[in-house]
Amino acid sequence: MSLPEFTGAVAAEAIDETGEAPASKKIEGRSPWRLAYERLRKDRAAKIALGTILVIVLLAIFAPVFAALVGHGPNQQFINIGENANGGPVPPSGTFLLGTDNNGRDLLIRILYGARISLVVGVLATGISVVLGVVFGLTAGFIGGFVDTVIARLIDVMLSIPFLIIAVSIAYIAGPSVWLVIALVGVLSFTYLARIVRGQVISIKGREFIEAARALGASPWRIMFIDLLPNVMAQVIVYASLLIPLAIVLEASLSFLGVGVPPPTADWGQMISDASGYYQYGYWWFLFFPSIALLITTLSFNIFGDSVRDALDPRGAGIYV
Amino acid sequence: MASAPMSEANPVPATAAADGDDVLLRVENVVKYFPVKGTGPFREKEYVHAVDGVSLTVPRGQTFGVVGETGCGKSTLARCIARLHDVTSGRIVFDGQDITKLSQRRMRPLRQEIQMIFQDPIGSLNPRRRVGSIIGDPFAIHNLASGAERKRRVQELMERVGLNPEHYNRFPAEFSGGQRQRIGVARALAFRPKLIICDEPVSALDVSIQAQVINLLADLQADLGLTYVFIAHDLSVVRHVSNSIAVMYLGKVTEIAPAEQLFTAPRHPYTGALLSAVPVPDPDLSDQRQQIILAGDVPSPIAPPSGCRFHPRCPKAAPVCVAEDPPLEPRLGDGPEHPAACHLPMAEGEKLSDFRPSISAEERVLAVEGSLLPDDAGTGVTDSAGALPARREGGQP
Repeated sequence: MSLPEFTGAVAAEAIDETGEAPASKKIEGRSPWRLAYERLRKDRAAKIALGTILVIVLLAIFAPVFAALVGHGPNQQFINIGENANGGPVPPSGTFLLGTDNNGRDLLIRILYGARISLVVGVLATGISVVLGVVFGLTAGFIGGFVDTVIARLIDVMLSIPFLIIAVSIAYIAGPSVWLVIALVGVLSFTYLARIVRGQVISIKGREFIEAARALGASPWRIMFIDLLPNVMAQVIVYASLLIPLAIVLEASLSFLGVGVPPPTADWGQMISDASGYYQYGYWWFLFFPSIALLITTLSFNIFGDSVRDALDPRGAGIYV
Repeated sequence: MASAPMSEANPVPATAAADGDDVLLRVENVVKYFPVKGTGPFREKEYVHAVDGVSLTVPRGQTFGVVGETGCGKSTLARCIARLHDVTSGRIVFDGQDITKLSQRRMRPLRQEIQMIFQDPIGSLNPRRRVGSIIGDPFAIHNLASGAERKRRVQELMERVGLNPEHYNRFPAEFSGGQRQRIGVARALAFRPKLIICDEPVSALDVSIQAQVINLLADLQADLGLTYVFIAHDLSVVRHVSNSIAVMYLGKVTEIAPAEQLFTAPRHPYTGALLSAVPVPDPDLSDQRQQIILAGDVPSPIAPPSGCRFHPRCPKAAPVCVAEDPPLEPRLGDGPEHPAACHLPMAEGEKLSDFRPSISAEERVLAVEGSLLPDDAGTGVTDSAGALPARREGGQP
């Protein structure tokens, strides 16, 4: 038995509703990502910050080229020309553009090499954070119940331990190394991200499109990665872009405290730590230039991260429904 | 959507269920309780009695309507049938197979035969995915088609439901409400299911768009021999699309009847009250009609009333209604296709407004302040010109 046909003129409009575009014209949907990208492109602060980040990345990549150009290695000591009569650093000059450090090494070259450590630690530690945060957040939020309770409490415990104290203790026991710093910063900072992802997943998993996926017979894996993950990615990206400068600062902090990157590897935190014993005697460049490098780098990442957040803001026009 | 010519537009006698017709879905005594989280560890566990012993028989190729107020358990019932919720007890038999206890894995092949259309055309589509990939989901999940073949079949479906196939790469946000509901229909249709559960598919749409979607569903049923379970709270919509209708109240079925019979000869006072709320387009007719406004709200489904669940609000309530839960069976000489769960069913031509409950005031629901006369806690009756509460004071007792 079939349904009786609905009388009335409205039936004819069914076709009109969808026929507003000529069939021949190719229509490309504008994805939420594309809308965000276009907003980002109009943001001047974002462009300047991104430009600065690119310059820093290029400088870090081509640090050996600069070293070859001026003929100063990153760990090369210039006992005669790089130190004054008291064995202290010499100020900026034609030979040493940014002066030297307390061991008579070229500060400029060491800052360029230090950028490599900062960027590598920042990006890799953030990568570890994102992977752990997404895995734990998605699992806790999606499965719920006992698993959620265990993960949520674990995160609470981790958040209650001050980062520097636990990091310094572990680094002191294990002995300093770059990889340890990356692992420490990554593992100890995933908790915030996991919380954000968990909250998002819990709010999204009650929506009808998740029920629709279940009604279609989608497996839990498919629901997690095809339906849920793309909906939390915006938050993950925003948080990750703000996590990079945090990781850079944490790495510098550990190095400053002497448990980060072991000497003689050039590192900003280490350099600031070394300079702290000299600047009050007039060797201002030794403290100033590494600090400025750290400041510009973290500031650029922070400004860019803020812009990404604004561009992906759900309240921005056209992103969400 | 015009509700006026509805009865003329629905000439099919709609002699109810069964009559030897093949049964596609049988719901037997389905109960679904949701635990309410207690705030302390020693608190007694409470349950929301969302669906409390519902039995239905849905014949193949027909549309079975389910109506009721918000919160009466219609949507929970729909999700139980689609096995999105596990039932607390009872049986769901689909196409001769008991699917009540099937594991999700064993349920998977059956997902192709039972599909759902959701109420919210925004919420039921993933905002981050393109329409082509949303409609292609059924093919992807069950490995039915991939690549160019999948795209071709998705575009076929889009054309079938009246969408422009060129819009394949668009996002849900770029469509209107009616178009989005068509996307939902296309997705449900991909498997060529036997049963589609429509959970208030048109409630969120404009009236003119409602008609389009309803006509689309009717065309699809005629072409593909689909069976619908059609859930709604709009009586005129349900009347138009359904062969037979079940009325639900607080998790229970109060009355089942062939569509026309339900409207011409309602047995349960609750049905009578619901029908009196359907707008009549003719203003003269509308003025003559008496409208029954039930007092208070639906009682809490955590602690439903004893006996007949409608007794606190029923104008015909008698002591037996408080004491005994009336079974769902044919009343006043009705055929087996028209059972009602009422001790004191309404006869034809009977006016609910002529009755006063004969149970003590404590058994009745508290009157909403100012809306009812002191001795009239059961119902408020207005001469219907205005169904709006603001105009109730003009009503006559």
